[in-house]
Amino acid sequence: MAGLVSAQMVLASGPDFPTINDFLPPEILFQGTPFAINRIMLVRIVMTLVILLVLGITALRSKLIPGRWQGAVEWMLDFIRNKIVYEVMGERRGRRYVPMITTMFLTIFLFNVCEVIPGANIAATATIAMPLVFAVWTFFQYWIAAAREQGLLKYLHHELIPQGVPIPVLIIVLPMQLLDVLIVRPVSLMVRLFANMLAGYFILELCLAATQYFLVDVTNKLMTPMGGFMLIAAFVMTLFESFVAALQAFIFATLTTVYINLSYPEEA
Amino acid sequence: MDLITLAEVSGNLSAIGYGLAAIGPGIGVGIVFGKAIEAIARQPELGGRIQTIMWIGFGLIEFLALLGIVCGFLFS
Repeated sequence: MAGLVSAQMVLASGPDFPTINDFLPPEILFQGTPFAINRIMLVRIVMTLVILLVLGITALRSKLIPGRWQGAVEWMLDFIRNKIVYEVMGERRGRRYVPMITTMFLTIFLFNVCEVIPGANIAATATIAMPLVFAVWTFFQYWIAAAREQGLLKYLHHELIPQGVPIPVLIIVLPMQLLDVLIVRPVSLMVRLFANMLAGYFILELCLAATQYFLVDVTNKLMTPMGGFMLIAAFVMTLFESFVAALQAFIFATLTTVYINLSYPEEA
Repeated sequence: MDLITLAEVSGNLSAIGYGLAAIGPGIGVGIVFGKAIEAIARQPELGGRIQTIMWIGFGLIEFLALLGIVCGFLFS
C-alpha cells in the first residue's frame, strides 16, 4: 500500500513539461506599447545583429586572398548561389534572385539554430509570424515574376491547364491547381517551417525536462538510468535539431526558388 | 486512481490520429526521394531538372502531413 501511495505522489508531481504557452512568454520591455518585446523578439533582434555584424565585418575586411574565416563565409554564400539558385533557375534568370534567397536562407538558418543555443533555447521561427513573413514574401515574388515575364493570363493558363489533360478530368484538376497556386504553396512553406521548429522545441525540452526530473527531482535511485538515458537522448536530439535547422532553411530556400522559377515561361 | 484501475491512459486521441495521418505522407516522401535518386543515378546530366521536380512533389506531399498537424489545432 505504501508503495502505491508513493507511486501516486511521484505521478502527481510530474516533470516540468513544455507547453504551448512557452511560445507566449511575458513581455520584458516596453510593456503595453505596440513595440512590446518578449523573449522571442529579443532572440530575433540579437540574431539579426549577429548576421549583420558577421557579414558586415567580413565584407569590410575582405582580402583578395581569403583567410580561414572569410573562406568559410564565402563558402556559405557560394553554396546558396550555386547549389540553390543557379542549380534550379540557371545563371541568367537566377542572378536577380540571389540576394533574396541569400537573405532568406541565412535568416531562417540562424533563427532556427537558436533552438539549440543555450540561453536562447527557442527557435525564433517557431511562432507563426516569422514563417508568415517569408511565405508572403515568396508569394508576392512569384506572382510579380509571373506578371513581368509572361503576363498573368498566360501564367494561369499554363499553371491551371496542364497539357494533354482531357476535358472531364479538367473539372477536377482546375480547382486543384488554382488552390495550389493561391493557397497551398505559401501556406505549406509557412506551416512546414513553423511545425518543424515547434516539434523540435517540444522534443528537445521534453528530453531535458525528463532528465531534470529523473536525475534530480525523483529520490528513487532506480530511476537514475532512465535519467541518464534521457540526457543522452537530449544530446542526440540537439545534434539532430541543428541538422533539421539547416535542412529546413535549405528546403525553404529551394522551394522558394522553384516556385519563382515556375513563374517563368518554359524554355523551348 | 484506485486499486481497480491500475493503469490509465490520459491524453488526446488526436496524437494517435496524427500518427495515422503521417503514415501516408511518410511513404510518399520516401517514394519521391527514392525515385529521384534512381532517376539521377540513371541520368546524372538531368540532375538539376529532376531535383526541381522532386522538390515540387515533396512540397505537395509534405503538405498532407502538415495538414494533419494544423487540423489537430483547428478542430480541437
